[in-house]
Amino acid sequence: MAAAAAQQHRHPKRRRLFLSPSPSPSPTPTLVAPPLVTLADELLFLVLDRVAQADPRALKSFALASRACHAAESRHRRVVRPLRPDLLPAALARYPCATRLDLSLCARVPDAALASAVSSSCSALRAVDLSRSRGFGAAGVTALAASCPGLADLDLSNGVDLGDAAAAEVGRARGLRRLSLARWKPLTDMGLGCVAVVCTELRELSLKWCLGVSDLGIQLLALKCRKLTSLDLSYTMITKDSFPAIMKLPNLQELTLVGCIGIDDDALDSLDKECSKSLQVLDMSQCQNITDVGVSSILKSVPNLLELDLSYCCPVTPSMVRSFQKIPKLQTLKLEGCKFMAYALKAIGTSCVSLRELSLSKCSGVMDTELSLAVSRLKNLLKLDITCCRNITDVSLAAITSSCTSLISLRMESCSRVSSGALQLIGKHCSHLEELDLTDSDLDDEGLKALARCSKLSSLKIGICLKIGDEGLTHIGRSCPKLRDIDLYRCGGLSDDGIIQIAQGCPMLECINLSYCTEITDRSLISLSKCAKLNTLEIRGCPMITSTGLSEIAMGCRLLSKLDIKKCFEINDVGMLYLSQFSHSLRQINLSYCSVTDIGLLSLSSISGLQNMTIVHLAGITPNGLTATLMVCGCLTKVKVHEAFKSMMPAHMIKNVEARGCVFQWIDKPFKVEVEPCDVWKQQSQDVLVR
Amino acid sequence: MEGRMTSLEAAMKASSSMASNMARNADPDQQTLRPNSVEQFYFPRPGQSLPGIPPFFGPPSSSLYLPNDNEAKFGNQFESNPSQNTDWDPQAIVSNLTFLEQKIKQVKDIVQSMNNRENQVAGGSSELAAKQHLITADLTSIIIQLISTAGSLLPSMKNPLLSSNPAVRQLGNTLGSPMGFGMNANQRPSVDSKTDIPDTGKTSDYDELMNSLNTAQDERDELIKCPNPCGGEGSEPTPMEDHDVKESDDGGEGENLPPGSYVVLQLEKEEILAPHTHFCLICGKGFKRDANLRMHMRGHGDEYKTSAALAKPTKDSGADHAPVTRYSCPFVGCKRNKEHKKFQPLKTILCVKNHYKRSHCDKSYTCSRCNTKKFSVIADLKTHEKHCGRDKWLCSCGTTFSRKDKLFGHVALFQGHTPALPMEDVKVSEASEQPQDSEPLNEMARSMVYSFPSSDGISNLDMKMADDVRGYFSPLNFDPCFGALDDFTRPGFDISENPFSFLPSGSCSYGQQNGDS
Repeated sequence: MAAAAAQQHRHPKRRRLFLSPSPSPSPTPTLVAPPLVTLADELLFLVLDRVAQADPRALKSFALASRACHAAESRHRRVVRPLRPDLLPAALARYPCATRLDLSLCARVPDAALASAVSSSCSALRAVDLSRSRGFGAAGVTALAASCPGLADLDLSNGVDLGDAAAAEVGRARGLRRLSLARWKPLTDMGLGCVAVVCTELRELSLKWCLGVSDLGIQLLALKCRKLTSLDLSYTMITKDSFPAIMKLPNLQELTLVGCIGIDDDALDSLDKECSKSLQVLDMSQCQNITDVGVSSILKSVPNLLELDLSYCCPVTPSMVRSFQKIPKLQTLKLEGCKFMAYALKAIGTSCVSLRELSLSKCSGVMDTELSLAVSRLKNLLKLDITCCRNITDVSLAAITSSCTSLISLRMESCSRVSSGALQLIGKHCSHLEELDLTDSDLDDEGLKALARCSKLSSLKIGICLKIGDEGLTHIGRSCPKLRDIDLYRCGGLSDDGIIQIAQGCPMLECINLSYCTEITDRSLISLSKCAKLNTLEIRGCPMITSTGLSEIAMGCRLLSKLDIKKCFEINDVGMLYLSQFSHSLRQINLSYCSVTDIGLLSLSSISGLQNMTIVHLAGITPNGLTATLMVCGCLTKVKVHEAFKSMMPAHMIKNVEARGCVFQWIDKPFKVEVEPCDVWKQQSQDVLVR
Repeated sequence: MEGRMTSLEAAMKASSSMASNMARNADPDQQTLRPNSVEQFYFPRPGQSLPGIPPFFGPPSSSLYLPNDNEAKFGNQFESNPSQNTDWDPQAIVSNLTFLEQKIKQVKDIVQSMNNRENQVAGGSSELAAKQHLITADLTSIIIQLISTAGSLLPSMKNPLLSSNPAVRQLGNTLGSPMGFGMNANQRPSVDSKTDIPDTGKTSDYDELMNSLNTAQDERDELIKCPNPCGGEGSEPTPMEDHDVKESDDGGEGENLPPGSYVVLQLEKEEILAPHTHFCLICGKGFKRDANLRMHMRGHGDEYKTSAALAKPTKDSGADHAPVTRYSCPFVGCKRNKEHKKFQPLKTILCVKNHYKRSHCDKSYTCSRCNTKKFSVIADLKTHEKHCGRDKWLCSCGTTFSRKDKLFGHVALFQGHTPALPMEDVKVSEASEQPQDSEPLNEMARSMVYSFPSSDGISNLDMKMADDVRGYFSPLNFDPCFGALDDFTRPGFDISENPFSFLPSGSCSYGQQNGDS
């Protein structure tokens, strides 16, 4: 509204706005309808934007209010995301102003559907996303490129069957700025050449997993597409021959070379000094043929690098780390899964003083003394990841919390040697934290109490922390109103009171994991149903939860899209009926071990967007009920069913479901009802780890 | 012996279009030469007659099948040869180059004396132009004598000498073998055959012959002045190419032999184009390879079955003293012709053959695949057919390339040119790029969607109704068509469940700013 008012003086018509009752965020169509016609589109769209932000379903109500509203809503929508490809022509006709077509919900988009859709209308489309779709070929791409002259963004990732012919057709869309051809395994240099020659405006290109592309094609690309800023060549066969050509691209800012086995020290050394001054992000993770020598030699060519990823690449040596001094602007350094040689970690502190983000997750050789020395110099560090650095103790944590006080993200899952006392330091010193991962640690209520200082906390992962209880959570609930994501997986000490505190104190909550918190009852769910933004609820293995709690969630959390109620034995068809009635956003559901029967399952099929179902070990499910459900749910992409059903369901029905793009996973796990207490489970998992 | 002569003549007939049974028609003068020639013919010097002689060099030389076991039989005859032969003992040539020079001087003397004689006769020849049969024969016999004595030593002399008269030229060629020292006996029959020519009364030929003889004199002088006219012992012997080595046309291109440091030979057109170069002395059958001839000879008797008879004639012994030899194309005006200003010699006889066919013959072999490319050398056709139609790298401008990197170089160079997929490839790949049995699947999927009503009515929709947009989007059935269309799908949410999750949804920014119209 403020924006609307700001624009008002420029438009004479705005005056009418005062005459009509201003539209409220929850639209009241009957009141707005008559003067709405005279409202300028710009203003109306601003209103609709806000309405949509508050509740996406409100737009639908708005469109249904009157013919004018319907028309306005048609003009307003920019993104079209149809559920099924056969709805595509009608959808595009309905929304002629849509600029973005997102087909990620359509697992199978035949050529004919694409052709009929785009021929019917829509020259306004600028972006098309076919990354999750299959079933189309070169003909479909032809139709798309021919009828959308303004196409600038085309995502054709995962076209594992597409090759040169389709690439040649992509080349018809001359204005493309962003293109992804990831996983086009049949693509060769010929197809890439067609694209490279024609699409000279390309800014971003992904050729990830295009195994057929060789140096010839990449060289041509580097020659023709001079405006490229972002290039992903992961898992391609790029070698020394074309690497310098790529590095000399004048505008290249981001280069991804994950898993390029053709890149070795020779290639890295072949570059001129200061060869690419524009490059800012370089990802060479999992390049197995690189050593510290190669890394040292390439750094002289990229003086302005901001971000470097060398995960799973080569052992980190002191000399390599010292060479980081050649890139003084480096802000992000990722060294996941690397082996640290002696004194290497210490050298990071002296060589990378401007570092903002450091990831040492799963590294071996990270010791207290060196880590302490390193972090003591990295005063500007904002993000630190020391996941699974199992050797560090309180010493490191003390150094981290005392020097890096401005941390906004700290991830230290499975740092099991850090004591609960030291964990309190986090809350005491790092009050800017927004993201904290203390999964599988010694955290207790005192630690949580200390964390209450971190009022900006939005993501808190404290799964498998057996010592925490309701008291600690109460502190969090009271002082962290911005919390959006909380993971309480296997926190056996929790009961409803703690959850209620969270639900009341954190209205922004979107995602909560309460799996195997066995004490949780419907009371928790009833309180959580007040969190209107909740979209992910995992209550696996909470045997005391019933359909009552679930129905409250269904009615209160209308945005719920992912639900895991495995081993909630009490939940039955009633819960499903509520879900089918209210949770139209549901995409993914796990029903295993529930008391749901065919009736509940069939009712779920009215949720038209349901994509992912896991239906294993349900006593009340018959093959017929399952078959009927699967046939009706048109959008399914993945279904996990017990293997026994494979023979009981008619084969042609299975084939039919598969033909729509659904993948079956036949599960053959033993039926196991009992749920171990959390401490027993933790002991068992640690035993596995030790072994 | 007589039998052998006839078989030789048969071979001559097969090889040369002008072969005639001159032996029977020969003049008495020529007849006097015959014993000598016959003896020489049966003079099979090991390591001398065959090494490095280009296999198709003509029936008189290499095709003669002279089993080694016959050598001993004729060795005596060699011993009793006239002094001419002993003078020209190739052993001496091999062992001593200076001795060779002496011989060259001898040749010079002989030729000079010959020249004197020729001048004499030449003056007379114009006088006798009208009557002349006999004198012509005289002159011819003189020339033949000259050739038979000195000719083989200086092959380069022979070509200019004989270049204008095809018949005699051929004779010269046969005699002009670089290995011909002491081999002149082999050529003798052909010499005899050439004596027919004057008998035909072609005086113009004869005049030319005389002229060329004069020029030959000059050239020969030059040759003798050359520092190392015969290659010398110190110089590297020219390796003679094997049959099977495929020589390019440009055999002599790479090397920069100073003019005069090699001997130039010129074959005749008929000889170049002769299908066979090795002939059986017994039955006259022709072969392309001497090995095949040897195999063939086994059928003529046990004496040809010995390992010695079947062995490949050794090369090395004669190669030591062989002068560097290069070849000239008989086509006047060709760069490979020695008359050309920037003459570039051909390295081997195979080069000559291929060059002549490629440059001066009709391209009679047509590729059966493309029906456009024509070749005159069958090997070229075979090479082409290997690649014809395959590996065609095509540019959008229509240019084709045999190699991908060449195409990409072309595309890189020219603005707007793109690699083009061959039409059949496009069809094939289109078919293959469609997931298998996708059409039936798609059809099936479509029908299934419509035949299974879901609980909220949308699926009752018929395909025909889709045209009726208003009806389609009526309030009743609008709802389920679009689930939450807005981006409530958040990162880390059902994306992670998807097997294909590379790019986070919404990573693109185009068209996402709602509200700007």
